[in-house]
Parts: sequence; C-alpha cells; structure tokens
Amino acid sequence: MPTPLVVSEVAKSFTMHLRDGVRLAVVEDVSFALKSGECAVLGGPSGAGKSSILKMLYGNYATDAGQIIVDHGGRLLDLATASPREVLAVRRDTIGYVSQFLRTVPRVAAVDVVAEPLVARGAEKAAARERAAALLSRLNLPERLWGLPPATFSGGEQQRVNIARGFITAHPILLLDEPTASLDARNREVVIAMIAEKKAQGVALLGIFHDADVREAVADRIVDVTAFAPRARAA
Amino acid sequence: MSEDLPLLRVFSLSKSYGSRIGCADVTFDLWPGEVLAVVGESGSGKTTLLNCLSTRLMPTSGAASYRMRDGAFRELYRMSEAERRFLMRTDWGFVHQNPADGLRMAVSAGANVGERLMAIGDRHYGRIRATAIDWLGRVEIGEDRIDDEPRAFSGGMRQRLQIARNLVTGPRLVFMDEPTGGLDVSVQARLLDLLRGLVADLGLAAIVVTHDLAVARLLSQRMMVMKDGRVIETGLTDRVLDDPREPYTQLLVSSILQV
Repeated sequence: MPTPLVVSEVAKSFTMHLRDGVRLAVVEDVSFALKSGECAVLGGPSGAGKSSILKMLYGNYATDAGQIIVDHGGRLLDLATASPREVLAVRRDTIGYVSQFLRTVPRVAAVDVVAEPLVARGAEKAAARERAAALLSRLNLPERLWGLPPATFSGGEQQRVNIARGFITAHPILLLDEPTASLDARNREVVIAMIAEKKAQGVALLGIFHDADVREAVADRIVDVTAFAPRARAA
Repeated sequence: MSEDLPLLRVFSLSKSYGSRIGCADVTFDLWPGEVLAVVGESGSGKTTLLNCLSTRLMPTSGAASYRMRDGAFRELYRMSEAERRFLMRTDWGFVHQNPADGLRMAVSAGANVGERLMAIGDRHYGRIRATAIDWLGRVEIGEDRIDDEPRAFSGGMRQRLQIARNLVTGPRLVFMDEPTGGLDVSVQARLLDLLRGLVADLGLAAIVVTHDLAVARLLSQRMMVMKDGRVIETGLTDRVLDDPREPYTQLLVSSILQV
C-alpha cells in the first residue's frame, strides 16, 4: 500500500510571551507513517499532544522541527516548511480534516457549509448540494435544519454537519479530531460505517477517538503519543 | 498558467513622514483570488500601507508591480497619473470604511453604480441601468431604491452600495479599509457574508485592512500582522490566530473577547 504521509522527528512547543516567555514543550521526535486504506488512531491521555499533532499535519499549528512529507498529487511536499499557498492547495486536494468543533459562519446554511469543500474543488453547486443533502440525511440530521445556519444547532447536530463536510470530498488523507464525541449511539454507528467505506476506498485516516468502542471498531493500529513526550518534561 | 504568477508583487515598501515611520520594509506577493488581511492596532501602519499599495499615496522607497490584464507586470510607482487613475477605475476597487468617502452622496444609488460603467466607456443607458439593478440586487438592495440617494440609506446599505459601485466593473483586485467598521454587529455579519460570497464567486483578490481579528478570520486566507509600521508576523490566517508566535500577536489574539 502507498504511504501518502510520513512524519519524522517533528517537535512542537509553545512559547507564552505573555507569561514571561514560558516555553511549553508539547511533543518531540514525532515519527510515524500513514498508509492508504488504514485508520491509525493517536492514543494517549489528554494533554499528551494528540490534537497538536493533528493540527500540525493540517498546517494549523506551526512545527518547531522535523518534516511532514505529504504526497500531494504525486509531488512530495514538506508541510512543516510549505508556504501558506501550498498548505491551502494541500487542504483543498489532499488532506481533509474534521475538527472537534464546527466554526460557524453567519448566514450560511448547513447544506452549503457541507457542500463548500466540493465546490472549492470545482464541483457544480447543485450537484455538491445534492451530495451534501445525502450525507446529512445519512447522519440523521432533520431535513428542516438543512437550510439553516448551524450556529444555533446543538453540539451533536453541529458535529454531524462537520463530519459531513469532512467526508464529502475524496481527499486521500483524512484527519479526524474526536468526530464522535457528542454523538448518540445510532450516529456513532453511521460514522463507523463511513470510516470503513473510506478505508475501502484507499483513504489514509488518522484520528483521535476517546470513545473506546469507536476506537476498537475503526482502529487498525494505535500510534502511542506518550512515546513522543518531551524528554525535558519527563525528567 | 497565469494562476502560477502573483497578481501583485511588493518589495521592501516604506513610507515615512519626515522622521516618523508610516510603514517600513514591507514585502509580499498576492496571488489571484487570494484574500490577505492586514491587522494591527491603529497607528500600526496598515492604512498607510493600503494607501501606498493603491497608489493613493507615494511610498518613500521600495517597489510594487502589478500584473495587467495583458499579462505584463507594470511598476506601479512609475506609471503616469492617468494610467493609475485608469487602473483604479477599471481593474481595482477601493472600499472605504466610511461609505461617504467612496460614494457620491447627492446622486442616486443607480447613478453611483452606473458612473463606474460610464467611466470605462459604456454609454448605453438601458444597459447601464439594467447592470445597476443587477448589482443592487447582488448586494441585497431592492430595485425600488435605485433612484434614491445614498443619503437616505442606512449605514449598512450605504456600505453595500459602495461595494456594488466597486465591483460593477469586474475588478481583479479590491482594497478594503475596515469594511465593516462602524456597523452594528448584525449588519456586520450580513456584510461579511455578502463579501465572502462575492469574493469567492468572482475570484477576486483582496487586501483587507482591519483591526478586527474575527473579520480577518472570516474573510482572509492569509494574514500579515503589523506593529510600528513593520510586518512582525505573517502566515495562513488560521495558523496565525490559533498558533501566534510573536509576543504582540499573542497579545492581540488573547485580547479577543469571548462571547
């Protein structure tokens, strides 16, 4: 199987200038690879740096050191040093991301929030909306909500909009930050099935799942994040 | 293929007022369809930079070149006044914070929009009016208001009219100076949503000066943070806001009020 994502020796720390420049080391020497058609799960307790790793892979956090090599349409690109324009291109075509919380935009209807990544990749608006509606329906979001902006939705409803938005495209890599955290059992099952389909399509998935049932159902292997704990902190 | 070339290249641009620095040593490229937010507090030099880029102000040193519709780069500060004015009227837009600065308050809404079309040579009254009505509709101003003067409009409507006036000529680059400043929050949200949609649909490049980080987050892909006339941090908008590196950027981000 191809390996579309290789992470080597990545480190992340935060320097808090408003707190007398305290330096908070988060992870060090993060090294792993992701294969097409597998779902790897980042494991470890809260605060171990799981979310930070996902955010670095999406270009949302800067990296202090190391390389994040991604296969971007046949070209290898280091996300740790890529320009903003390159990161945006990778997000459009190569790496999808389901964040923990939906960042809502005023006045944009749920169905358009979901359709947007497809439209950004050049799909026709009507066709993208149809796909979006199908996904929302599969995730049991009541149809009367589709035309409304998600700002006033419940946590679980927003989460489902977010999942639909992340799953609508055919990105070869998909990052999932606790996509099932606020879902009920029925919708968790739907997401588990959707992840299985992505795997079957050859997508490489990397996720954080606190829910042990979901983790067991989807994980091909666990990447133990405690192995990347900064030495200074452990000492 | 032209997508791989920047629309605007800015190199080491500086503007000083005597010994006082307006902006200093600003370098960046802007690509077609890209929205760049310039943030910082008042006095940080962001408006001076915007005025230099839009050639409303001459820089003290540095260079900026713009890729014209024929594909050739032209040095902005070496153009004649007439050439610059032509660019301003056709290929560029400038949205002022105060709509009164960008509109003619004593002529009708329709004329405000139509005037830009006439400036590029359209003389057909019926066509101009039809285009004006279409553009008023796109900024959510009813056709029945076409003969009203902007003086009779609310602040939000005036701002939407100013946007229509700027976009009617199909510009490729729009400069915006605090486009939502001074508007009520609900009016702001509507305007932001409208701007987002128009920028995406038309594939516009834009440089948006704002002190409001939420506006920057919503509108821009890329961000420059300015302090004391200099660019102190730059990057993807969500990266700068979620993982700010510089002390001043951290201060700005931590000062956002949570609701």
